[in-house]
Amino acid sequence: MDHYTVRKIIDRSMRIFAYLALIVALIPLFSIIGEVFLKGVSSVNINFFTQPSPTVGEAGGGVANAIQGTLITVGLASLIGVPLGLISGIFLSEYSEAKISSPIRFFNDVLSGFPSIVVGIFGYALIVRAIGFSVTAAAFALAIIMLPIVTRTTEEAMKLVPATVREAAIALGVPRWRTIVTVVLSGAKKGVATGILLAVARIAGESAPILVTMGYWRWWFAGLNQPVASLTLNIYIFAISPFENWQVLAWGSALVLVMLILGINIIVRAATREKYK
Amino acid sequence: MSYKFEIENLNAWFGSKHVLRDISMKIREKAVTAIIGPSGCGKTTLIRCINRMHEIGPNARVSGKVLFNGIDIYAADVDPVQIRRKMGMVFQKPNPFPMMSIYDNVAAGLKLNGMRNREKLDTVVERSLKMAILWDEVKDDLNKSGASLSGGQQQRLCIARALAVEPEVMLMDEPASALDPIATAKLEVLIRMLAKDYTVVIVTHNMQQAARAADFTAFLYLGELIEYGPTKALFENPENELTEKYITGQFG
Repeated sequence: MDHYTVRKIIDRSMRIFAYLALIVALIPLFSIIGEVFLKGVSSVNINFFTQPSPTVGEAGGGVANAIQGTLITVGLASLIGVPLGLISGIFLSEYSEAKISSPIRFFNDVLSGFPSIVVGIFGYALIVRAIGFSVTAAAFALAIIMLPIVTRTTEEAMKLVPATVREAAIALGVPRWRTIVTVVLSGAKKGVATGILLAVARIAGESAPILVTMGYWRWWFAGLNQPVASLTLNIYIFAISPFENWQVLAWGSALVLVMLILGINIIVRAATREKYK
Repeated sequence: MSYKFEIENLNAWFGSKHVLRDISMKIREKAVTAIIGPSGCGKTTLIRCINRMHEIGPNARVSGKVLFNGIDIYAADVDPVQIRRKMGMVFQKPNPFPMMSIYDNVAAGLKLNGMRNREKLDTVVERSLKMAILWDEVKDDLNKSGASLSGGQQQRLCIARALAVEPEVMLMDEPASALDPIATAKLEVLIRMLAKDYTVVIVTHNMQQAARAADFTAFLYLGELIEYGPTKALFENPENELTEKYITGQFG
């Protein structure tokens, strides 16, 4: 065989190998989505979205309280974590000459590697001991988990905006802060939005920090100093329960959680789609 | 003719690297002045010292004076942002704002500084694009991305963007280096037209371009100003041996 034939064979087999690897990698994703959908879809009816969790022996019931609780917790956490992460990321990208940038980046990386239960314990020590198990404590812990993700992705996305674009704005006599906010941030908005989305999806699925900051709760939202229900702890409590209708609700909760995360993904994709092709 | 700039004993550094040494020169108003010299001679740094862009680089430092309309732009009470608004700058590589339409690119300088009057913006955008000889090519596509244009069109878009803020000076840093010969020829016509109303300073490594487009030419070598004078005299009758060697292609 000549070199060209050998090369063609190698090229083709590497390509087949790459496709196979892709399929293997996608199997877990689709089997989880498929399993959750098949098992969860049977529990979905009008009660599922309107009723709170059933008590022991009670038939029917839903996960409306848990949906409400998860939305409130994640929303509150994002309210704290997203602006802080954005500002930190902007600082690290645009003011990297500052001496403090390098240690901030280092500790941010360390923070992103922290086990979430440790962050939960921190939230317990700081907030729970002051005001008790509450949605505020849970949101605080989740915000800390979001912070390094948002910071890092914002920094990376903004650094991708070419220096020549910044120079163009500065040479036009646009002040530095305005250059950053309008030209650089708008050029990086897709990456920034993706980072925020990743962080939201990550904390929506957290259970350990919620366990130690607000615990399982079966009622509706009753104030910021009270716990709320959550989809993740619903899954945990219901799945290991001996009652069949609870187990079905656990699958339903899992389905809602997966759909929520998928939905956020799709919305952000659509909203940040390139204006120009 | 009067002088737009009087540069006195200008020195510039990047960290410990001394890139400009004791430059003193006067730049005429409403004329084209070219800065030529081999790569690394400091010509880009010199033009960036004129609108205080040099100092935004890391560890960049400047000493000396640059008098603009008789006022030292490096004086302590001068705001560099205000200085840059009076001088348009065009860069080596066309750098339109990628997320903005053609219209918004031209309007950017005004919009980012708070202008909201749509009628005024329309007028400015049309006038600037006409001055940059781009209007006829883009007038039906003003909402398309600036990045969708060809390289030569993008560079003229950048010129229109710089003209829109009504500067007194146009600073061009090798504006044709990324362009093909046809786009370059168009650009040189444009530069000659601009010189009727503006003071143009152009950095170029293309000596023919300097000879064609510039009224005055400065030759820089290793951070020093070797020779400066009317373009014709400098090219036909250089006083310095180095200048002669450079323009006859013996080095550089």
